[in-house]
Amino acid sequence: MTSNDLMQLGFYLIVLILLAIPLGRYMAKVLQGEKTFFDGVMGPLERLIYRICGIDAGQEMNWKQYGLAFLVFNLFGLVTLFILQLVQGRLPLNPQGFAGVNWNLAFNTAVSFTTNTNWQAYGGESTMSYLTQMVGLTVHNFFSPAVGVAVLVAFIRGLISRQGKSLGNFWVDTTRVVLWILLPLSLIFALVLVSQGVIQNLAPYLTVHTLQGASQTIAMGPVASQEAIKMLGTNGGGFMNVNSAHPFENPTPFTNLLEMLAILLIPVAQVFAFGHMVKDKKQGRVIFGAALVMLVLMLGICYGSEIAGNPQIAKIGISTSSVMEGKEVRFGVVNSALWATVTSATSNGSVNAMHDSFTPLGGMVPMLNIMLGEVIFGGVGVGLKGLLIFVILTVFIVGLMVGRTPEYLGKKVEGFEMKMAVLAVLLPSAAILLGSGLASVIAWGTSSIANPGPHGLSEILYAFASCAGNNGSAFGGLSANTQFYNVALGITMLVGRTAIIVPTLAIAGSMASKKIAPVTAGTFETTSVLFSGLLVSVILIVGALTFFPALALGPIVEHLSMWAGKAF
Amino acid sequence: MLKTMGRAIMLLLVMTLLTGIAYPLVVTGLAKVIFPKQAEGSLAYKNGQPIGSVLIGQNFSDARYFYSRPSAAGKDGYDATSSSGSNLGPTNKTLLDSVATRAKQVRTDNRLSAATPVPGDLITASASGLDPDISPEAAQIQVDRVAKARNLSEQKVQALVDQYTQGRQLGFLGEPRVNVLKLNMALDSI
Repeated sequence: MTSNDLMQLGFYLIVLILLAIPLGRYMAKVLQGEKTFFDGVMGPLERLIYRICGIDAGQEMNWKQYGLAFLVFNLFGLVTLFILQLVQGRLPLNPQGFAGVNWNLAFNTAVSFTTNTNWQAYGGESTMSYLTQMVGLTVHNFFSPAVGVAVLVAFIRGLISRQGKSLGNFWVDTTRVVLWILLPLSLIFALVLVSQGVIQNLAPYLTVHTLQGASQTIAMGPVASQEAIKMLGTNGGGFMNVNSAHPFENPTPFTNLLEMLAILLIPVAQVFAFGHMVKDKKQGRVIFGAALVMLVLMLGICYGSEIAGNPQIAKIGISTSSVMEGKEVRFGVVNSALWATVTSATSNGSVNAMHDSFTPLGGMVPMLNIMLGEVIFGGVGVGLKGLLIFVILTVFIVGLMVGRTPEYLGKKVEGFEMKMAVLAVLLPSAAILLGSGLASVIAWGTSSIANPGPHGLSEILYAFASCAGNNGSAFGGLSANTQFYNVALGITMLVGRTAIIVPTLAIAGSMASKKIAPVTAGTFETTSVLFSGLLVSVILIVGALTFFPALALGPIVEHLSMWAGKAF
Repeated sequence: MLKTMGRAIMLLLVMTLLTGIAYPLVVTGLAKVIFPKQAEGSLAYKNGQPIGSVLIGQNFSDARYFYSRPSAAGKDGYDATSSSGSNLGPTNKTLLDSVATRAKQVRTDNRLSAATPVPGDLITASASGLDPDISPEAAQIQVDRVAKARNLSEQKVQALVDQYTQGRQLGFLGEPRVNVLKLNMALDSI
């Protein structure tokens, strides 16, 4: 560990928090329809959109109407993205003449981008036309976080509503998130990225004679515009196969810093926005504290393991790091470990280094982060929902332990909420364990493994965790572009997304109609440091109980083998 | 239900025009005007012809050039139409064997003793397979070889390496590095 490493990590966290606090205040204003700086430009555009689409901005929706609008909107998005890929060969903006994508890959990718997963079973620069990247993938990079925030806001409205039914208007929430938050941020960010060397053009691929006289063809494309929203919307789907490890997506240490900030910016800001919206900033801070503690803990494990290195490579005689396989020189070990931690703390899933080549425990951290439910701030919109589900679980468990009525924000937590909360935690976990269990015993699953020994199991576990958590990062060695994995992982992504959205909307609907009870001596404080600690414990214990056996067979046994000098 | 479907389709359409066509085209237009070189790929030219991008690594096997890192992109490495890492795991024998073989090769190429430590980045495949950089240590151990192959003094080559060593960005971000293509172009123009 060097002091410069520590400085980079500290600088990142401080700048992140300093940016997220004002953005949180701004987000709360936007989501509550208050006046903001952008109203002059976006207001008329917003009204025009509602007029064209026949949307009545004043219409109030209950949780079922809100959920239906969400499902219908996503279903249409999914189908059009699926068709677009099938027929891209016959459409314009395809200078490389890429053929239509096959049905199972197109299904997988359509699900992947509509569910904010951005799992990529394909290499971008060798599969997708510029048109598909723009009107297909970039568009869903805006939609999927926007609907995520919309559903989060509906959930918060349910928590603070006084015996009402309305959770707001899905169309209005989605539109406002795109116009006031995602679009302006992306526009600025994309241009900053170009200034550093991220490409943005519609030119065909360029073939050059290299300095040594060989021929090299260089992939081109509208990268910066997609890169910006890919990072800001916790999407993570790269324009290029290797994602943000590609010098055209992430050319300098400075872009690397900005892209890492973009990953966590909105997820952290939304926690502060929550505090504003429930009119009790402490409620936001307590969640912020819990998530920050877990982030630092996971970062420590990942960084520590990577710095300790690979003893079997070190013994060859290495003058620098022994774990540069799958890492870029400009980022080095510290920025690769930091990226891996934050991309999996959230549902981003972009990478700037290959997780498959990380040390066993270094690679376990992103896997574990995802398995915990991506609640270390988590994805745009859905991350805070996941955290609030754990808050409800914690309130309930603590209530049972001390014999107090479980209440959150003055509302009683009862049987229905608990059933839904448990469903939201159990369904993705079941999808991960059953899916990887199945894939590790059938030939369709095991024939895709790239690395022998326990690492092979880790590859499968990671794939199902990543898809159930709508993360999208991978142990990339696994050949995932097969009919089996495209379909199985596509279904896993749908289960993961629905399992967080539908139960939380149901909880919102039920909470909305409840009375707000006055605070009494019997009320358990949810704004104390003690509660923050309890929340962290519940998240870690639930995660450990569910996944420890699987992790023991994968990364943990590989870690022990590596240090014992065993190879496979 | 029908109303909901109608609104969904219309919003999908309008937002696609806005975020899928207007937004990328606006960025493309602005980028072309403000940062034309970066937008087209930071290309490097020799005698007016593009010979690559300073951001995209190239293969060098001639002893007169500094070598880049091993690459897993495409069949022969540095295929800039199919970026890729090796994705070999830390206990995979294939990885351990190839790292050992490369270390031996690096020592032979640069006439180093078997006990001399080699820089980690020079014997491992990068994440992108297109890493344009090597560490200053990796440049250092090649100075002697390149100087001999070009009949140049070691000082002269060393001076170029020093000149092309980039420190951490803004003084603390990332790692120090040497852009291999830029360094080799500078060598050629001596």
